[in-house]
Amino acid sequence: MIIGETPPPSGAFGVDAIAMTMRFGDFLALDNVELKVRPGSFHALLGENGAGKSTLVKCIMGYYHATEGDILVGGREQAISNPKDAHALGLGMVYQHFTLVPAMTVAENLVLARDDVPAVVNWPKEMKELEVFLARMPFKVPLGARVSDISAGERQKCEILKQLYLKRRFLILDEPTSVLTPAEADEVLGMLRDMVVKGELTILMITHKFREVMAFADDVTILRRGKLAGAGKVSELTPDAMARTMIGAEELTVQPPRTGEAGKARLELAKIRALDDAGAIAVHDVSLTVRAGEIVGIAGVSGNGQRQLVEVLAGQREAESGEIRVAGDPYHASREEMRRHRMSLLPEEPLKNACVGGMSVADNIAFREFDRQPFASAGWWLNRSAFRDDAKKKIGQYKIKTRTPEMPISALSGGNVQRAVLARELAGDVEVLIAANPCFGLDFAAVAQIHAEIMAARNRGAAVLLVSEDLDELLELSDRLVVMFHGEFVYEARTSEADLTVVGRHMAGH
Amino acid sequence: MADGSIGLWTVPLAVLGGAIRVSTPFLFVSLGECITERSGRINLGLEGTLVMGAMSAYGISYLSGSPWLGVLAAGITGALLGALHAGICSLPRVNDVAVGIALMLFGTGLAFYLGKPLIEPTAPRLPAIDFGWWSDIPQVRAALRVNVLFLIGVALAPVLYWAFRTTRWGLLIRTAGESSDAARAMGHSVLLIRLRATMVGGFLAGIGGSFLSLFYPGSWNEGLSSGQGITAVALVIFARWDPLLCLWASLAFGGAAALGPALQSVGVTSGYHLFNAAPYILTLAIMIITCSPKRTLTGAPAELSITR
Repeated sequence: MIIGETPPPSGAFGVDAIAMTMRFGDFLALDNVELKVRPGSFHALLGENGAGKSTLVKCIMGYYHATEGDILVGGREQAISNPKDAHALGLGMVYQHFTLVPAMTVAENLVLARDDVPAVVNWPKEMKELEVFLARMPFKVPLGARVSDISAGERQKCEILKQLYLKRRFLILDEPTSVLTPAEADEVLGMLRDMVVKGELTILMITHKFREVMAFADDVTILRRGKLAGAGKVSELTPDAMARTMIGAEELTVQPPRTGEAGKARLELAKIRALDDAGAIAVHDVSLTVRAGEIVGIAGVSGNGQRQLVEVLAGQREAESGEIRVAGDPYHASREEMRRHRMSLLPEEPLKNACVGGMSVADNIAFREFDRQPFASAGWWLNRSAFRDDAKKKIGQYKIKTRTPEMPISALSGGNVQRAVLARELAGDVEVLIAANPCFGLDFAAVAQIHAEIMAARNRGAAVLLVSEDLDELLELSDRLVVMFHGEFVYEARTSEADLTVVGRHMAGH
Repeated sequence: MADGSIGLWTVPLAVLGGAIRVSTPFLFVSLGECITERSGRINLGLEGTLVMGAMSAYGISYLSGSPWLGVLAAGITGALLGALHAGICSLPRVNDVAVGIALMLFGTGLAFYLGKPLIEPTAPRLPAIDFGWWSDIPQVRAALRVNVLFLIGVALAPVLYWAFRTTRWGLLIRTAGESSDAARAMGHSVLLIRLRATMVGGFLAGIGGSFLSLFYPGSWNEGLSSGQGITAVALVIFARWDPLLCLWASLAFGGAAALGPALQSVGVTSGYHLFNAAPYILTLAIMIITCSPKRTLTGAPAELSITR
């Protein structure tokens, strides 16, 4: 393509997307949407999952070609046919999932990202130039460290630094703080905000955290189901008003109030040690007791051993040492033990960890009981109509959106997969519930329903272990809060007495 | 010192000589596969590439009279087979391991078919450099007759090690192998990078094949390779995708392969076939020792279909 005139060589510029429509087959992902990002502003793009936020920014970055609509960069219409064109105009994007190469060093990642990587890299010279560049930057990263060895917060800083190193002056950030502690999030966004105020940068941030919108953004655009639902100055809006614009008229499940006191110890972990896939110690001799009628929340930035701990409890990973007891009996995660103790599991990424994607919704819902009455006679002859009847009942009860119970579960949206797992795991009496990031990536309606179910299980007397990276979720649901860092429990408090800054400090390992 | 009086010293000498001679195809195939696998793709077809390389090198050497033209032809044949593998693998929903097995059978079958007329004639062979001139013991001189290809292979290992770190192409290959998302986000074509890496890998494997037919054993027949190509692929995993370790691993395998004939030459004939199986036993033992169900391999490119 021919770039008519590039935006001014330094300083921030604005981007306007006008009358954007994007069709994927029959599906209308964007319907005549308008987005105006002023030069030198911090703009938030709000919306539920599937509202079209990602589609919109991908059209701006040239990953998708909008069916209709125009992109104006610095006031001039531009035909952006691929990401390279966008980069040439000074547009950069930081993705929700890291695009750094974990096995390489920070310096290698930065140099590699350039368009003009020399055929033979002169490392001493490059390192010197990188250090000069870093000295001008608001945050520091260890250049020689391998990306896999640095924390999630440092990786996110690297991603942003990479864009600045490439001299991008319009940054799109896709949920940049989802892996950061609140303090890290404030630090990163605060520094970006400073650069915006100085007029060096324009920022468009996709987010669902109202706190960050209120604290850092100047303007906001809200999408709902592919349409523009609202836009305006943040100073003139409240979080409640924004939430209503995002959700529309949809009714949310009301969470039951917290009732009843904690009873006997149900789930006891004693000095559990587990390794990660690379053979390093991921869970370091942790001990914990969860009592009946109590929700214990495990907070922590992802990658601090929570996943391995949940895998041990789910029977997906063998513990190196330590003991788990459920209601006083030793527990080895066998199907029989899970059944006897009425244990339920809501693992993270349910489609991968709790479902067989190619099998039907009905089959997936029946996993726990499929070889028992009424689903099977004599333990081997399966009664298909019992599967179907049970699935139909639970599909109605848990509001699972599927055309038929025979659909493969992988064809369902994330929220509905989680609802199907919820239907399977919470249908009977539950005595022990283990949930890991149960609401990750789900929309408001699904989150409200899952939170209500977890609270209801607690009120019925279940011992609930809730592992989550979302601190707000833990503060809302749990009775007791434990912080996990580097495989150890470093902090514990009653949630009602927990101090957010103290929790955040422990999550960061201070 | 009279001939043959060195006694049992024959065995380590023969193993050393074997390590140098037999290791060359291992070295070329494993370095080639190392490049391919670092880009995120496994080419199991290198066994077929090796045999095709051996056949085409022998044929061209015979027809042209120049063994070096034969080596070049073997490399080009290998690169073309690599391009075929990469081409098929760039189609959606194609598994590189399955394609590799198909190409392994295709390569060996095609080589046997085209190579039928080459079993009889004798082609000019590659020259060797005599590093044993200082000794008058024939065993020493035999062990130290080193082919130029071996020296090229030995030099190539550190060059690759350096190139993976400090050249644009090395960094791009590693990016494609470690995170195709990252490579795509930077605007690189992962398929193109892998096509080139697979072609270079095939080129080197083809050259490894030319060594078989043009130097040691130095003739063309259907039992020429006996699975050396596939062993070399396993060797890359053993060497943790590190070119320098590939060199040492190739030498170890070459030495193991020479063990049987060496023991036979000093009169240990019982268990001859067992000692001939030494490289395969070594492969199996190494795989058992280095693999664990509880952890993933360190150093494995993250995009490789066996580690994902």
